Parts: sequence; C-alpha cells; structure tokens
Amino acid sequence: MKPGFHDPVLDAQACFRAAMEAMARPGRVQEIVPPEGIPNALDPAAAALLLTLVDADTPFWTDAGEETRGWIAFHCGAPLVPPGDAAFAVVTGALPPLSLFREGTDEAPQDGTTVILQLRHLVPGEGWRLLGPGIETEHRLRVDGLPEGFATSWDARRAAFPRGVDLFLCAGTRFAALPRTVRIEEHG
Amino acid sequence: MSAAVQEAGGYNFAYLDEATKRMIRRAILKGLAIPGHQIPFGAREMPLPYGWGTGGIQVTASVLGPRDRLKVIDQGADDTTNAVSIRRFFQRVAGVKVTTRTAEATVIQTRHRIPERPLTEGQVLVFQVPMPEPLFRLEPRLAETRRLHALGDYSLAQLRLYEDIARQGETGSSYNHPVMVNGRYLMSPSPIPGYDNPKLHRSAAILLFGAGREKKIYAVPPWTEVSSLDFDDHPFRPMLAAAPCAFCGSRDSYKDEIVSDDRGGRVFVCSDTDHCRENQR
Repeated sequence: MKPGFHDPVLDAQACFRAAMEAMARPGRVQEIVPPEGIPNALDPAAAALLLTLVDADTPFWTDAGEETRGWIAFHCGAPLVPPGDAAFAVVTGALPPLSLFREGTDEAPQDGTTVILQLRHLVPGEGWRLLGPGIETEHRLRVDGLPEGFATSWDARRAAFPRGVDLFLCAGTRFAALPRTVRIEEHG
Repeated sequence: MSAAVQEAGGYNFAYLDEATKRMIRRAILKGLAIPGHQIPFGAREMPLPYGWGTGGIQVTASVLGPRDRLKVIDQGADDTTNAVSIRRFFQRVAGVKVTTRTAEATVIQTRHRIPERPLTEGQVLVFQVPMPEPLFRLEPRLAETRRLHALGDYSLAQLRLYEDIARQGETGSSYNHPVMVNGRYLMSPSPIPGYDNPKLHRSAAILLFGAGREKKIYAVPPWTEVSSLDFDDHPFRPMLAAAPCAFCGSRDSYKDEIVSDDRGGRVFVCSDTDHCRENQR
C-alpha cells in the first residue's frame, strides 16, 4: 500500500481550501496537488477529496472495484454502505439517478450525500450558465460525461431545497462543485 | 508585529487534530451548500474559555494554511486582549504570518464587526458567534426552533419586530439584527452592529460563522442575497453616530463612544482601528 498525501496535514489543508473555494463559488475550477500511489480507477482530484474529507465517521459508497474500496478502507477507514446511507459517494462510471442518494431531512438537510463524480473534462468559460449563491453574475462550465438530461433533472430536484445532494465534479487533478443551491441553464 | 512569538512544539499544525479538522471542514462545506442553515458539530475544548471565541478559533484552525496571513479583530480593534491572544495563539501553534491591515489579510477572524474596507474574493471572514439561534429569545426549545427553520416559519421574529415598532416607533435591536439569507433561512449575523448588516449582502468574501459553546457552524457564500428582517413600510435603517471621528474625521464609519474626562466629556472614534489609521495617513 502506497502513502496518500505526501504531507497529510498541509496537503489536506490545501485540498480543503480548494474544496471550500469550489463549494463557495460553484462552477469555478480548482486544481489540487495529486496524492501518491492512488488506485487506477480514481482521479487524483477524487482521491485528494477522499483523503481530505472522509474518515471513520462518514459511511461511503462507491461503484468502483475492489482496489479502490480497499484503498479507501485503508486510508480513510470509512465503512462501505448502500448508496442510500452514504455520507459520501464516489462515482467512477455512469452517474446513477441522484434519487439513489440520501437528501437529508428538512430539519437536517446537511445529511444529504456529497457525491464525488469523475468525468472526462471540465472546461471553464463555456457551456452551462450557472446562477445562484456564490456567483456574482454567472459562471460558465462545460462538463463532458454527464448523462443526457442531467441539467433538467437537477433543476427539478432543486424544488426540494433545503434537502438535496451536493456534487464534486472531478477530472484529472481538477475539480469543481455544484452545491444544491446552484441553478443550471443549458442554453444561455 | 513587533514582538517575536516563539512557535510552540508538540502540537499539530493549527492546534486541532486532523479528525476534528475534517469534521469541521465537512460542516463548513455543507454550510456553504445550505446558506444560513446551522450545522451541528462536535466543538472541542479549547485552551481558552467559552465566550472568548472558541467557535471562531476552531473554524479558523480548520481553514488556516501556512501561506495565509491572519488578522484578528475584537469590536473592530486589533489591539484588544481577545484579538491579541488569538493572534498570538495562531502564531504559536501554526506559525502563520499575521497582520493588522485588512487589505493584506487572507483570513480575518472577527468578534462583532465587519471591517470598513470592502472585502475581496481572496478573503475569508470568520465570525465568533455567542448565540447562533436567531429565534432563541422567542422560542426556548431547540427542537421547536429546528422545526420552525425547516418550515421557514419566521412569524415569531416578524411579530417581535412588529411589537418593537408599535411600542418604540423603531426596531429595538441596534446589534444582532436577524437577517434572511438567500430568501430562505433566518440567521443571526452574530452581535455585529446593524450598521454592518448591509455588508453581509453580496459580499465578495466567504463568510463563516462558528459558535463553540452552542456547537454550531453556518456560512454565507460570496455574492449571496442577505437582507435584514424588516417591513415594507418600516425598512431597516441602521444607526450611525452623527459625530465625526475624533482622530481621522471620518463621518461614515462606525464609531465607539469614549468618555474623555470626568466632567461628562465624550468623543467618538472609529471602531475599526485599521480603517482609522489609513484615514490618518
């Protein structure tokens, strides 16, 4: 088993700051310092987010294989659970319907799953028009690898606010976030 | 900073252990995703008493990195006991650079003020919060306030506002005046003066709130709509001392009233010491 972060304390801090910027400014693309010795199925950005945020207190679910599960179990010590019970989910293949994950309750919406999703490309400055808290006028982000009709189903789910799931979109060493508050306009 | 502060050995970077930081970091991320909603967290015992900013310190410790430059203010001032102690604490346990200048800081921990100088995108403002529940004096049962937040039922707060206006002709709160965040959650802005409330609205900086004793964290992302609770025919009007600052002459900054002699003399000075110093330059 290879080490995770080169410096577990400071690398986790740097990754968290990027994650906080990403969540506070939806659609803004962030870059991380890649961890070492990560499983083949994981993007460096997804692996860094796991090392930064997931531990024994956060049950997780993933569609990835044995190697990734073993890596998460070793580095994070998080228990593997069905998707409906997971605090964090790591999706390496096709995105399942978001209704698979828990969305919290009206009294405890923070129990909604944080989904870490791996994609082919994240291109800032074009594509979707993002609106909502954290965005001065608009942010633009092109995302390659999401299922058809994602933006429509995302919009439909926004009616459940404050309940909902929050997404980290990862591609290589880069990632962006879509908190449940963000509005996606496909053609704008 | 003139006094050299020796770094303390034997502590993890920024004092807290990594598991605690992860828990607080998760709460901060969910707080940003649900603006204005209070997230419970397992506040740790800190090496200073409750009421001295334990919530703010834990948030700062979880956010802070070696490249940050930290500013700490207490009622706008960099040189009061609380501000000096917290600044020295982070110099010792994290070895971070500190500053008293708002423009230079990347992380600003504050007790009860927002700096006069407009904040920028690269900055994080951490508030120390004594009582995070805006409905606290109106509904003592926390289980009930959680339900009211879930339903978005803030009629108690509206009623309180109405009674204040009916009795006194104006709202009774000159500080800690509750705000609506993104049109959904009623939030305590912490005991900042009403004068600072408009600065919460569409701020360029990330605003984080930590309440140590009450064990809650909440947040307002940048550029988020924040409005002070009011009525259409009684719009929220913050109070401001009419006198200019005795040091810098500023008329539009928030002032402290200072007793200047034993014959009832009083002067007004800027509460934001960095802003006042810049004006005097």
